[in-house]
Amino acid sequence: MKKNNLKSWLYLLPALLFLGAFMLYPLIDVFIYSFEEGYNSASQTSFGIGIYNYEYVLHDPYFLQALQNTFLLVIITVPLSTILALVISLGLSSIKKVRSLYQTVYFLPYVTNTLAVGLVFMILFKKTAYSDGLVNVLINLFGGSSVDFIDGPYWAKMFVLCFYTIWIVLPFKILILTSALASVNETYYKAARIDGTSKARIFFRITLPMISPMIFYLVITGFIGAFKAYSDSVALFGTDLNAAGMNTLVGYIYDMLYGDSGGYPSYAAAAAIILFVIVLTITVLNLLISKKKVHY
Amino acid sequence: MDNIELPKKKRKKNIHVMTVVVYILLSVWAIIVIFPFYWMLLTSVKGYGEYATEYIPQFFTASPTLDNYAEAFTAVPLALYFLNTLIFTVITTAVMMIVIVPAAFAFSRLSFRGKNVVFTLFLALMMIPNELVIITNFQTITDMGLRNTFSGLILPSVTSVFYIYLLKENFEQIPDDLYKAAKVDGTSDMKYLLKVMIPICRPTIITIMILKVIECWNSYVWPRLITDDKAYYLVSNGIEEIRENGFGRENIPAMMAAVVVISVPLIVLFLIFRNKIMEGVSRGGTKG
Repeated sequence: MKKNNLKSWLYLLPALLFLGAFMLYPLIDVFIYSFEEGYNSASQTSFGIGIYNYEYVLHDPYFLQALQNTFLLVIITVPLSTILALVISLGLSSIKKVRSLYQTVYFLPYVTNTLAVGLVFMILFKKTAYSDGLVNVLINLFGGSSVDFIDGPYWAKMFVLCFYTIWIVLPFKILILTSALASVNETYYKAARIDGTSKARIFFRITLPMISPMIFYLVITGFIGAFKAYSDSVALFGTDLNAAGMNTLVGYIYDMLYGDSGGYPSYAAAAAIILFVIVLTITVLNLLISKKKVHY
Repeated sequence: MDNIELPKKKRKKNIHVMTVVVYILLSVWAIIVIFPFYWMLLTSVKGYGEYATEYIPQFFTASPTLDNYAEAFTAVPLALYFLNTLIFTVITTAVMMIVIVPAAFAFSRLSFRGKNVVFTLFLALMMIPNELVIITNFQTITDMGLRNTFSGLILPSVTSVFYIYLLKENFEQIPDDLYKAAKVDGTSDMKYLLKVMIPICRPTIITIMILKVIECWNSYVWPRLITDDKAYYLVSNGIEEIRENGFGRENIPAMMAAVVVISVPLIVLFLIFRNKIMEGVSRGGTKG
């Protein structure tokens, strides 16, 4: 094929312009921001270059709170949602009737507005002066006492956040796992059945190894997604997450950037880079483990 | 004979029990998924007085009312939020298509110096999280004086390296012979792209557009950063505003009416394009 350099670049030009202005340039710029000490966005001046921004962020109690919340959220929701999705997908692939109805229903949270449906979760869990909320009524029914899940103790707020997060992320995982299960070659199962292999053994020796690449894919994307949690928390606890003690790392970045506590792009940049390093480390670790364990 | 018959019967019975257990488990999760939707619909048709006096929330209402919907559209500028989101979604999706289709074409069909380097660079950009670039983008848009404008909302939301990649893969599946034949006939590249490639790849293009529409409709973070004038709020920011100081915090039924109004368009879109969306998401969507 003959080379048509100029024309090719013309076709690429719009994409290059947008990516250059809103991805490549910001990517370099964010590192500069993070090392500029005492940057003032009004006068666009800074005192000097150093690691003070990182030191500040790492000692900021709000950052540490956000770090703790995010890690808890990750550690709880990633394994739970993956296992739950696996159980549901196995159930789905073992039935024939109304399967597509179930699939449609399970996918609904994916197409909903996180902020909007979060409000519904809030009123279900919230305890107010005039009503304890539906969830508390159910708890009372089983002999427990009411808890305010939205403004109450830390564990209760964490519980709602995890519950809502799992509710939101499950559609994607179920979708991926059901199609992975459907793509396992029938002959393996037939051969195993002829040999009289037990169901548990079939699952652990055939099904699980066959879908393990997809499970690891979900674990990796799950980690990345959970580390970036933010709007779920806003939906449940409102925009002032620091006051609620439920801020996340991404929330901390945005609060530093803008809003009542904002105006510190340097701190935001430092926090964003810390978050990026955490996510990158975890992803690399995941990939290393998956190389050893996953059968491709 | 008996030895073989007996376990078989037993197994059959076990399978029966298993199936019932599976259906129960699946139904429990289906209820957990559906229930919030039911609850918002139910609450949105309860009268304010009725809702406020229910210490124990009721699962049904005897006298459904549409007053809350009227309230939702009059007490807060819900229609405006809606219109803003619609404008934002349509323009962003359209501009994105104009940007990514030629790029995907160049990568899949044309050969030029530096192609591999640029493509590798594109792939590398796919790994960059939005949080990392949003800080500078916020400063850029602010410096350009584009806060509280549609341009400010749209410009940084246009690019998607992933969709360029997805489309390029799809374009490459079209046999090369077709391109050569068109060249022999003297068809220009642009004409070939518009008349041959886009029609052939229409399913993928539609999938990409739907995924982008969902993303736009639900976007929250960027609009929140870049707009503080209510006249430019999108639905996500609108609902947050309603929550913080909309109808008065106690008027939950009106709030739920707004939530229903915001949720319906995407649910309808999903029910119409169910297969396309699910296939598209399993190929390229990520959330969570």
